[in-house]
Amino acid sequence: MNKIFEKGGKFYWLHSTVDAFETFLHVPGTVTRKGSHVRDAIDLKRILILVVIAAVPAALFGMWNVGYQHGLAVGDTSLNILGNWWYGFLKVLPLYLVSYIVGLGIEFASCQIRGEEVSEGYLVSGFFIPLIVPVDIPLWMLAVAVAFAVIFGKEVFGGTGMNIVNPAILTRAFLFFSYPNYMSGSNCWISYKPTEQLVDGFTGATPLALDGPAQYGTGFWDLFIGTVPGSVGETSVIAILLGAILLIWTGIASWKIMCAGILGALFVGGIGDLAGITTIPCYMQLLYGGFAFGIVFMATDPVTSAQTEAGKWIYGFLIGALCITVRLFNPGYAEGMMLAILLCNVFAPLIDHCVISAHLSRKAKKLKTA
Amino acid sequence: MSQNFVLKKGLNIPIAGEAALRVSKTIAPGIVAVQPTDFKGFLPRLLVKEGDPVLCGSPVMADKKNADILVTSPVSGKVKEIVRGEKRKLLAVLVEADAKQQCVDFGVKDAAKLDAGQVRQAILQSGLFPWLVQRPYGIIADPDVRPRDIFISTFSTAPLAADSKFCFGDELKAAQAGVCALSKLTDGKVHVALDGNGGTSPFAGLQHCELHVFQGKHPAGNVGVQISHIAPICKEETVWTASMTTLIAIGKLFTTGKYDVRRKVAVTGPMAVEPAYIETVPGMPMKEIAFFCGNTAEETLRVISGDVLSGKTVGKEGYLGVFDNQISLLHEGTEQELLGWINPIRAHQFSADRSYFSWLMPERKKYAMDTNLHGGPRAFLMNDGYYSRVLPMDIYPVYLAKACLAGDIEKMEKFGIYEVLPEDLATCEFVDPSKNNIQEMIEQGIDLMLKEMA
Repeated sequence: MNKIFEKGGKFYWLHSTVDAFETFLHVPGTVTRKGSHVRDAIDLKRILILVVIAAVPAALFGMWNVGYQHGLAVGDTSLNILGNWWYGFLKVLPLYLVSYIVGLGIEFASCQIRGEEVSEGYLVSGFFIPLIVPVDIPLWMLAVAVAFAVIFGKEVFGGTGMNIVNPAILTRAFLFFSYPNYMSGSNCWISYKPTEQLVDGFTGATPLALDGPAQYGTGFWDLFIGTVPGSVGETSVIAILLGAILLIWTGIASWKIMCAGILGALFVGGIGDLAGITTIPCYMQLLYGGFAFGIVFMATDPVTSAQTEAGKWIYGFLIGALCITVRLFNPGYAEGMMLAILLCNVFAPLIDHCVISAHLSRKAKKLKTA
Repeated sequence: MSQNFVLKKGLNIPIAGEAALRVSKTIAPGIVAVQPTDFKGFLPRLLVKEGDPVLCGSPVMADKKNADILVTSPVSGKVKEIVRGEKRKLLAVLVEADAKQQCVDFGVKDAAKLDAGQVRQAILQSGLFPWLVQRPYGIIADPDVRPRDIFISTFSTAPLAADSKFCFGDELKAAQAGVCALSKLTDGKVHVALDGNGGTSPFAGLQHCELHVFQGKHPAGNVGVQISHIAPICKEETVWTASMTTLIAIGKLFTTGKYDVRRKVAVTGPMAVEPAYIETVPGMPMKEIAFFCGNTAEETLRVISGDVLSGKTVGKEGYLGVFDNQISLLHEGTEQELLGWINPIRAHQFSADRSYFSWLMPERKKYAMDTNLHGGPRAFLMNDGYYSRVLPMDIYPVYLAKACLAGDIEKMEKFGIYEVLPEDLATCEFVDPSKNNIQEMIEQGIDLMLKEMA
């Protein structure tokens, strides 16, 4: 690194930033000083970038869907696949720019203040945020929300690895509670200009927000492939599944959390179905709304999820169960995934505490009898 | 009665440079270093001055807290130099070896017929007592304590570790005498762990002890891991451990009456030219093995006394540690690698993580690993399970490391600080994508415990 960026140099305030870009380009030539002399070739950059790669199919599909839904809404279906995708890409690109410029700016500044290397955590959060907010959200709102989430959700706790709640989910929650007009209503999840005339009878509401029978009317395959309104990344279950396969194959995300989440959702969804609270078969719950995206990409965040193996089952199950509970019993807002994950993020340390305490007392008992 | 333990967790690190099973040279070093820093918890008081003659087995220093605990010279000759570091800390006593090599005669004894006091006295006198390690904390054993049990691991699973059968297989008699002697020092048992990873262990016939067979990847051969499976250490309990070199040395003390610590040492690692064994004494200067280093420049070579996970960097000017029977030679990995972290294949690098493909490679594939950190230091980000998959112990490694970082004694106790030494968590440190120095954290935790418990 150039001397002017070292301590005492003129541009020392840029040290973390320059270092971040430099280590992005090269694996640094640092050698081990203490402890194990040889180290695994894995580092957090690779792990986190793989999470981003896993979300790429959902993002690409989402961009196409933005264009496709827009076409349906305004009654102009003349665009081909690429045209639709390009429309969506131009819509989503500003969201990415805002997300990364604001988020990484704060991250670089905080790392410089703490005197640490820049952690790659925000690469992932920043990639997820545009995928879970309405595509037409005003950019300044997104900027405020990202700043809030990164500063109060992460940096005040000590940066990546120390946060209690997932910053991406926190961004969405901030938007949801601060600007509910932009986050609900029938047409917030599709992209259109106020000057454009919507087709008569078109509703941009997500399948979840519709009433029972109309909801059920949205076909299994539409939901599975993802040709329904919704936030950019959440609609296509098949694209999310591709990501899930990569995450499970590499072992980065916990399959236990995913399985437990699905079980929890089926359990509560099944009860709701049997008790007559809803007419939706429980398996359809897995396809609606943000459940799939949330359970694959958000709930499995290794920092904010439960740490212990037994804890992961409990944590995942609670997320699935809570999500569907909110869907069944909250008439005001039909999506429960965000709140379920936030709540379980907060409870994850408690779950771990209980699991570990139980384990340690079992171990102590075993020792006593031995 | 023997008991079988099959440990599923763990990690064998496939590093290149295994020593061929032959002794390529017997080295009688001209200068030998006696280093008090080899013994944790030993506060040295010098008993010799420069120019004094010493025999093999003559005391060189004693412990300040207990004058009975001696450290003795492994060769006969003359004290050449006393090396001190900052604040006059005693680093080493250099002994110039003579040609005759005379030994102090401690007298041949039958350990089975001695009582505990006599055995202890004999070991103390010979200077082998500080070779016994006390757990918890990994400090030198206290002669006034009767440990609950004594544990011996007859093998090592560390990367490129010296082959136990080759090194100690012909010392059965000494091993048996050593076990006999140690069994007098405890009210409990002497537990001996045998290698279950291939063939019958040469030590399967040992008597006066309880035999256990351990099968599994590293660190299955670590005595700490074995203790936690045989009889875990609880608060206020003390056990002792003896390495194989210690056991053989104690055995020989009784069978020959001499302080004989010669051993076979494996010279290993990707940078070793024709890796093989040498026969030498601890304290040997690394200069003596220059012929293994080839033409490698000093700056690009790391000379480690011990294995690549927990050994100590000593450099070409350093000396072989007392407990070590392995030297590892590594390349200093100061080269940058363009976009290496995203390269999907990177076939020359080993990783236990599945985002690389080395876990699909056959086990015989070895990697010329270097000392590159392969990333920058970060906060702990992955789950505890990411680490505990390579640790066959019933503890939570990340929680323990964090408790040590926080200096929280109560939590350290709860998460098992009594059961571990830094070396036991070396595999966790190896796989850590956040590049934390987990062994150092544990070390700090243990030091804090020692300070607070004193």
